[in-house]
Amino acid sequence: MNTPATAQVGDLLPARDHKCDNIQLFFYNAVLWNAHRIHFDLPYAREVEGYPGLVIAGPLMGDWLAQVVDQWIEGTRASLVQIEYSNRQAAYVGEVLTAGGEVTAVADGLIQVALFVKNEAGDVITPGSATIRVE
Amino acid sequence: MSNLLGPELLANIGKQAEPKTEVVTRRDIRKYAIATGQTLRRYLDGDEAPPLYHVALFWDVVERHELTPDGVSVDKLLPKFPLEKAMAGGLQITYHAKIRPGDVLTAHRTLTDIYEKSGRSGPLIFYEIVMEVQREDGTPVITEKTTRILR
Repeated sequence: MNTPATAQVGDLLPARDHKCDNIQLFFYNAVLWNAHRIHFDLPYAREVEGYPGLVIAGPLMGDWLAQVVDQWIEGTRASLVQIEYSNRQAAYVGEVLTAGGEVTAVADGLIQVALFVKNEAGDVITPGSATIRVE
Repeated sequence: MSNLLGPELLANIGKQAEPKTEVVTRRDIRKYAIATGQTLRRYLDGDEAPPLYHVALFWDVVERHELTPDGVSVDKLLPKFPLEKAMAGGLQITYHAKIRPGDVLTAHRTLTDIYEKSGRSGPLIFYEIVMEVQREDGTPVITEKTTRILR
């Protein structure tokens, strides 16, 4: 497997599938103290807001992107300098969502990676990027 | 382009929230790590906080009467905007130091920008909030910029 020390443009970071269930979504919003009904009240999410299911919290998917980087740099001398993402499209409990990334630039001890959360249809619902420093 | 942003609204740029100080505990890091599906042992054991842990640490703890009927707490730093439907939101986070149990962290939040763009289906309002997280001695820990879009 490729590592940060030998990173080249096009290297893929290990991808991971997430299937967020009611318990994970409950735990996540509980640690935030987030009572937004679209995350736990299915009749409300469907009938009032018109969503097909319980909406997965946006920053939870942002966290999955950080985990892609963490998995890749674990045990190396690389560290996360910056990460950014944007929640473009909603996702729902029960969907299989894939988080992954790809090296887009390597220069001056810094690696740039593009990050994504994709849904089963292949849509990138949460694009992002990160800067990693290599010692 | 329509002009939704009058001088009164734009005068809110630069507005700062009351600083908030929170104590980082191993218990809270562990809860966050489990809730987000972390796999690294040092996060699950609460020895170090995962990169987005501060999102939970500084989420507003509000009382019931402060919630809207849909369960949302309104950010008091924000003015009332002429558009209210929230679309995409994003974060940009820059790391200066790790967060560990026992850290006492203070967040300073500033509304740094409000601007308007025309989208495919009408005008959009963008706003940006910068949060600086630092230790008691002023050491910077995290700089976070939130961008949100309203339609």
